[in-house]
This record gives sequence, C-alpha cells and structure tokens, in this order.
Amino acid sequence: MSGLDPALFPPKPARMHEACGPGAAAFAAVLAAQLDGPVLWVLESWRADMLTPQGLSAFFDPARLLIARAKDQTEVLAVTEEALRGKTLSLVVAELARPIGLTPGRRLQLAAGEGRTLGLCLIADGAGSNAAETRWHCAPVFDADPGIGDSTPMRWEIIKNKSGTLGAWHVRWEHATRRLHVVSPAGERPGSQGAAG
Amino acid sequence: MWFPRLASDRVLRARPVEGPFALTRIVANADRLACLNPAAERAGLSRGMPLADARAFCPGLRTRPADPHADARFLGALRRWATRYCPWVGREGCDGLVLDVTGSTHLIGGEAAMLADMRQRLARAGITVRLGLADTRGAAWALARYGEAPAPPGATAQAIGPLPVAALRLEPDTVTALQRLGLRSIADLAAAARAPLARRFGRGLMMRLDQALGDQPEQIAPEPEPPRYATRLTLPEPIGLTADVMAGTERLLQALCARLKDRETGARALVLTLRRVDQDSQQVELRLARPLRDAARILPLFERGVTQVEAGFGIDRMRLEAVQVEPLPVRQLSHVGDTGKARLDDLITRIGTRIGLENVQRVLPADSHIPERAFLVAAAAFSDPGPSWGSPRPRPLRLFPPEPVAGHGPRPPQDFRWRRMALQTGRATGPERIAPEWWMADEAWRSGLRDYWRVETRQGRRLWMFHTPQAPGWFVHGEFA
Repeated sequence: MSGLDPALFPPKPARMHEACGPGAAAFAAVLAAQLDGPVLWVLESWRADMLTPQGLSAFFDPARLLIARAKDQTEVLAVTEEALRGKTLSLVVAELARPIGLTPGRRLQLAAGEGRTLGLCLIADGAGSNAAETRWHCAPVFDADPGIGDSTPMRWEIIKNKSGTLGAWHVRWEHATRRLHVVSPAGERPGSQGAAG
Repeated sequence: MWFPRLASDRVLRARPVEGPFALTRIVANADRLACLNPAAERAGLSRGMPLADARAFCPGLRTRPADPHADARFLGALRRWATRYCPWVGREGCDGLVLDVTGSTHLIGGEAAMLADMRQRLARAGITVRLGLADTRGAAWALARYGEAPAPPGATAQAIGPLPVAALRLEPDTVTALQRLGLRSIADLAAAARAPLARRFGRGLMMRLDQALGDQPEQIAPEPEPPRYATRLTLPEPIGLTADVMAGTERLLQALCARLKDRETGARALVLTLRRVDQDSQQVELRLARPLRDAARILPLFERGVTQVEAGFGIDRMRLEAVQVEPLPVRQLSHVGDTGKARLDDLITRIGTRIGLENVQRVLPADSHIPERAFLVAAAAFSDPGPSWGSPRPRPLRLFPPEPVAGHGPRPPQDFRWRRMALQTGRATGPERIAPEWWMADEAWRSGLRDYWRVETRQGRRLWMFHTPQAPGWFVHGEFA
C-alpha cells in the first residue's frame, strides 16, 4: 500500500487536466476539496442531470461553487477560457459532451497557464484531447466489506501523463474529516472474503 | 397652461389623420369618447358620448384606444420643456401645467412676448393650448379654462369676476347648487355674505375663492428632476475603428462615473448607443454583476460588445446611459480590501456578457425534504453565498429525472438493467421514506410516497433508487460519488 504520489495528485497547478469514467464528477469534487477558493462548474444548459449541493457538501462547502450554464459546447469552451484567465478561481470544471480538437485544448492550456488556474475537463471515455496534461480514468468500485462507515472506494488511474509516469490507485474518501485515503484494492485486504472490484 | 386636447394631439402628432378623430376609453363596460379633435367637435360629438352614438352621428369618425399612461409621460415631457421659461413648473391635473413665472418673464421679453412665444412653439408642435396668466394660481386656472386673457397685475378680481363659478375648481355638485342659488359668476359669489355660504358649502368653497383672489396663498410644487445618468458625444468626423470607439466610450464613461459618484450610486446596467452616419443605430448592452462606478474597470467589459458592432460608413454620435443604478455609498479605504470578491464579480460580469448574467448561478439552501427542491438556484450576480450546508443523510452527487428500471417488491431488485448496463445489487441501504409535499402540486410526485435506497452494485456504480409503494415501480434517481 503506497500513498498517492504527491507529484501526481493534486495534479500540476496552472494546467488543464482531464477526467473520464463514471467517477469523474467525484474526482472533480475531491480535487476542489484539496484547493481553496471559488470553483466554477461550466456545463451546457440542456443537461437534465444536476449537481446536488448536499452531495457536494461531503467534499467541500457548496457556497464556494458557481455554476455557469452555457448554450452549447463552443460557449462552454469560451466561458472556461475566460474563467481560467480570470486569476480569481481555484478550479474550473468544464463538462464536455463532445471531443475537442487540439486547437481548443491548446487554447485552454495557454489560458490556464496565463491565469495560474487549475482546469479540469470532464470528458466521455476515449474523447480526450492531446493537449491535456494528464488524463484520469475514475470509476467507483464495489467493496463487499465496507469497513469504515463511508463506502466510497474508487479506482483512479492515470491513462495519460505528459510529464511523468502512469499509475492506478484505489482511494477512499472520508466524509467526516474530508480526507482522501489510499487503500489496497477491495477484496485483497487481509480478512476480506468478497470478490475484487 | 391647459392642454384641452392633450391625448388626441399626442396621437395625431405621431400619425396625422384627416377628418374627425377621437380616442375611446372603456367606461362602465362601454366604449366612450375620451378626447376629440376639432373636426370631430364640429361634427357635433362631445366627450363622454358612447362610441356607437358617435358613429351614428358621424360615420367617418376614426378612433383609437386611449392610453392614459402615455399621456402622463407626454405631459411629463412637456413639463420638462416648460422649464425653459421658469424653474418652477408643476403639473395641474392630468392635462395642465402650472408655471410660477414671477421674475423670469423679462428673460423672454415681458409677459405678452412670453405668452406669444409659448403659443407659437406649441402650435408648431401641433398641440392645442390655452394659456391663463394671473397673479394667483387659482385665477390663472380660471382664465386658462374659461377666459383666455391675461389679467393685468393687481386686477385679478376684475379679470375673473365675469367668469362662471365653475372656474373656481369646485365640485360639480357645488357648482350646480350655487347656480340654483343664483350665484352664477365669481363676482356674484365674492359679493355674497361669506358666513352663510361657508355654513352651506363648507370651507372648501371659501378657500377656493380666496385662493383665486389671492387672499390665501397657494404653492406650486415643482416636481423633483430625476437624476439622469446619460452622457453623449457628437463627433465632427465619423469613426469606425474599435480603438476609436473605445476611446470615445472612455470619455463618456468618465463623465458618467463622475455623475454617479456625485450621487453615491453605481451602475448596474449600461447601454451604449452608437449612431451611424446613415441614421442607423446600434446598441451595446452591459450588465454588471454588482454596482460599479469605476471607469477603468467598466471600460474593458465593453470591449467584447464594441468589437461586434458593424460600423458601416462610420459612427458620428455616441450616447452612454446607465439604465439601472443602485446605491453605492462611498467606503472608507482600508488596508484589508476585498479585492478577491471584486475580481470575482468582474469575472462573473465578463462571463455574463457572453452567456447572460442569469446563467451564472450559485446554489442556496432551501427548506424541503424533496431532493430536487432542497436547494435553490439563484443568479450569482444577485445573491450572496448562503450559510453552510448540513446533510443529515447521504445524498447523491448527481440527480437526474427518475429513470424506470424493472423490479417489483419493496426490496431493491437483485439484477436489473440501467442505461443498457446489466447490474447486480451488492448491498442496499434503506429505505428512507420521503412523502410528497401535499401543498405543492408536483407532476413528478403524483406516484405518491417514495422509499429511497442506496444501492451499491457489484459493478461499482452506487445508485440512489426509489420504490413507489402506492404505484409499484422502481426508479433510479441519482448517483453517489
């Protein structure tokens, strides 16, 4: 059992990162919890699903959250770029429905560098942009033996890294103390009888 | 100054009509004439006549519905215009103005010259006016409506003496009663014994008489001039470059911000109107996330709108108006400063100019057990961050409209398909029963009570599912982290 590499998480500041998989929103929430200051979540206005502040409050104070609803993906990218250059936010999360090309990705990367702000794109599986610094695949895993009260085991895997190595970790978020713990994979702990996740 | 045909003059100014014309108003469920032009009056029509009768008298009558609010605005515009003669101008009823010209007539060249000037200007504007000039407000009112001759100074009583008693601003009942008593003119009334009249009609009658004759003072209340936050710039040569327009905007902004600062207000919404040489005009609107009066901070926010303006042959007039202002008191300078909040507001404004200020939102707590209504979404520019959140029970990170899954019975299904995935329940925690709020009619909660379960699937996904015991069925409503 090894800790999460501090060089990899939290990801490099002032860069644009990507997260995919069913646990991407939770990854963004954990990331926001590691940082101080307001968080902007940019999404397209047609989306019917909504973030719940009660759910987010397990990770960070929802009073820090701002939500921008844009008309289409072009607007989402424009708002994200503007927000990254703004220098006032700690994290900008953009939900992208369609893959973006190298040029928009590079523009976001430059904006993040100029505004010294961390950016995160939530993308569909396999829809990443080449310009991203790292790409994480996040998925919740089933833990037959819940152990402590909050059962939030997740598997985080870096599937792309421009300046480092790849890796995969099993993590667990503790609600009470708002801390991230790296754990051994579910089902491989001493005394567990369940199947692997 | 009395405008006997204010409403119809206003409409006819905008679109002239030949022949009889009238404005109609619905009074007691019937269309009645409210205001007529001279041609219609010559045709024998009168105010208050039902429209059907008027049509029978005069088949060629053209009508239009009356708009009292527009008339009031028009009178307000005339009131502002009348301040060219003297600073004390008040409204008199809904179709008149009262001016205190004491000490300002010599500026125009005397009383007669001033009245001629007023008549000439209003006639050119197509507005019928009747003017009365006297030592007192009451006498001027009487002369404007019943006399139309200026009373020489000190001879008020002689001037209004022959006028009927109705010229004293009295109730119609009082006028009828006075006429029955044989007191037809103001001179008759002034000569009568006061005490019996006061006993018979109350003090109102005597007060009106005294006011007209100048025995009792009467004030004119000039309306407060509302502060106008607008500046404009006319250019000798048309401009077309973005940099030039921005330089012009900067000049306008500095003048506007100085005016805002004088009144301790800040602009919340600004409109920049750019008038082109070919008389076309384009507007750039800017809405701010919080009141501002700092030209250096507002100017960059205009850049995006200005670049989208089509300059055509060039712009030669610019007008900047703060259409919405809010109080912004002067604050003491402090070394702490909240530059972070100010910069965040600037960012919200910049994003708002692109996607609309109401689309930048924040969530506020709300008092409800219904998961969708347990929080409010408010525009970030018009709200402050709420108090901290408590959630006594675990809630999902995302909610979506309930998606039905196959399953029956009060326990979560062991195997089910959701979003084309085959899932097996590994562990289920629940139920948590949530009842619909009977005081709110919500279509989604027609199926009655809901038993919520937190279902952890062996595939990893942790779902928030509910069962509706009153209309059996299983639904997925959200997903946990």
